[in-house]
Amino acid sequence: MTVEPFTRHTGLVAPLDRANVDTDAIIPKQFLKSIERTGFGENLFDEWRYLDEGAPGRDNSARPENPDFVLNQPRYRGATILLTRENFGCGSSREHAPWALADYGFRTIIAPSFADIFANNAAKNGILTVTLDAETVDRLFQQVADRPGYRLTVDLEDQTVTTPDGEVIPFEVDSHKRHMLLNGLDEIGLTLERESDISAFETGHRKRWPWVFEAQG
Amino acid sequence: MAGRTLLDKLWDSHVVTEDDSGVALLYIDRHLVHEVTSPQAFEGLRLAGRAVRRPELTFAVPDHNVPTTDRSEGIRDPISAHQVAALDRNCEEFGVTELKMDDPRQGIVHVIGPEQGIVLPGMTVVCGDSHTSTHGAFGCLAFGIGTSEVEHVLATQTLPQRKPQSMRVTVDGRLPPGVTAKDIILAVIGRIGTAGGTGYAIEFAGEAIADLSIEGRMTICNMAIEAGARAGMVAVDDKTVDYFSGRPFAPTGAAWEAAEAAWRELVSDADAAFDRELVITADELVPEVTWGTSPEMTVPVTARVPDPADEPDPVKRANMEKALEYMGLQPGTPMREIALDRVFIGSCTNARIEDLRAAAAVVKGRRVAEGVDAMVVPGSGTVKRQAEAEGLDRVFTEAGFEWREPGCSMCLAMNEDRLEPGERCASTSNRNFEGRQGRGGRTHLVSPSMAAAAAIAGHFEDIREVTGGG
Ligand code: SF4
Repeated sequence: MTVEPFTRHTGLVAPLDRANVDTDAIIPKQFLKSIERTGFGENLFDEWRYLDEGAPGRDNSARPENPDFVLNQPRYRGATILLTRENFGCGSSREHAPWALADYGFRTIIAPSFADIFANNAAKNGILTVTLDAETVDRLFQQVADRPGYRLTVDLEDQTVTTPDGEVIPFEVDSHKRHMLLNGLDEIGLTLERESDISAFETGHRKRWPWVFEAQG
Repeated sequence: MAGRTLLDKLWDSHVVTEDDSGVALLYIDRHLVHEVTSPQAFEGLRLAGRAVRRPELTFAVPDHNVPTTDRSEGIRDPISAHQVAALDRNCEEFGVTELKMDDPRQGIVHVIGPEQGIVLPGMTVVCGDSHTSTHGAFGCLAFGIGTSEVEHVLATQTLPQRKPQSMRVTVDGRLPPGVTAKDIILAVIGRIGTAGGTGYAIEFAGEAIADLSIEGRMTICNMAIEAGARAGMVAVDDKTVDYFSGRPFAPTGAAWEAAEAAWRELVSDADAAFDRELVITADELVPEVTWGTSPEMTVPVTARVPDPADEPDPVKRANMEKALEYMGLQPGTPMREIALDRVFIGSCTNARIEDLRAAAAVVKGRRVAEGVDAMVVPGSGTVKRQAEAEGLDRVFTEAGFEWREPGCSMCLAMNEDRLEPGERCASTSNRNFEGRQGRGGRTHLVSPSMAAAAAIAGHFEDIREVTGGG
């Protein structure tokens, strides 16, 4: 699957002030029964966002929202950048988590750290995960709280985050991930171009470890 | 040349190519598939007109959604039924071997893989499931992947990967009585935190690990992901080789001998260097119980619920407060006084035969406490039949436990087995996240014997006292 390329994005920032936000919280299990890739946005953070219990196929517009949940506050409606704390996306490998975040409208997530599998899954879906040190993240939390309408610009080409004051914060990103995101590449297509390498490896591997290829129950 | 780690050996033997930026194309020996994370991947193949490159290295099983009660009528929940039917259809269309819901070998993907010998030592193993780390217990490089990666492996039998860093956790000395593999891994997570292993493959080593059975090692590697690690692993030894001998899908005869010789090499060299080392002394370990909503929120059963006021870091303090509020607990409450509504013995962490034996040994001749609803969900059909042959099912049912069909069940509550809001559960599973076992449900992670003891007492107990240290 090809993804939308990510080069530069400016957007409203929503602060989710919690560490260890897990993928069960991002998209609860009952929604994983879908066999589609789309439509998960309405159930993003379902248990925090609504006061009742959600079920797949339900009309979410009629459900009571939790007014205390940050994404429900009017000032954060339409946010496309999520600011959060360490170890975001821990837990299950469900790609439904980035599907839900992307479907809701998030293009970037900023945190001091991310769970491995989540960060991989996010990149495959055109979401950039930006890792900044805990102090910087803390400072951004302050600024978001102080200023309604707080927006950041995230530039993947330059690897920078720019604040409304013009402060430019550099960030590191895996070069492979950057390349894939910038160009919106179809990773499977690229790998398939190396078919001869794969076949050659396979031939040698089969000779060395034939039992790998001979599973019969 | 410096010695090589187990990770180095597994990695080097599976790299197809490597690009200038250090991203390798890794060959995948076993791809395990379940119904929840695969439909979109098969659909992706269909849309692109691609085939499964090596269907004979791909094995599927439905486990997350399946009911654990009578299955003769199929699955009642139409959405679950639809997802399981989609797996059946996809496997048929793409030529993938599937152990279907009514197959006697069906069970949790991470339980049946090694049990059937589908997964063997030395393999690279992936599955669209974070607990794939389980398979590291017998010298595999095994890790969980997302659905896009599932599609990638289906189409190419490879995965672009950067090599993880290496960490060794050495557990020196012998475990005290009553302390199990589950307690080791909870203690490790408590110590390094749920992000402590991020970016690493953790090799577990030392006398206490060598003393564990393969099943115990699976419990530890299973929860390596709960420490944030990409993979957990344990070197191959005699126990590993013995475990796989005679498994249905394992090689036989000359092929077995060649395999065994290769597997024996799968140990870290004595002079291998790790990027990070942690040493734990086994005789300091005790039975653990989690008190919060993250596996790192764990304390000895003899301790009290911690007080956020003692935590200097404001972010951590706020997290503790949120967790206590969700869990409905007061700081300072002795863990042993926490009363339970439910007990769940199951999951890919602790639902193998040894786990059920350990729990049954505690339960035998006793009764589940008044007001406690307890259930045992075997990890697979094979485990279930073995337990029944040993009479364990009767030990459980006579004590008042429910005895169910195999599957993930209340580990994640995607089927009908779930906690009601506010219900408190002692669970042998791996995640105590908010809502994991049902919206508003409160999960405490423990070992099988601790869960059994809690079911009998109606609150947590120190297993070392219950069994007189045995
Ligand atoms: S038992 Fe639980 S953790 Fe294991 S595969 Fe099933 S849902 Fe995942």
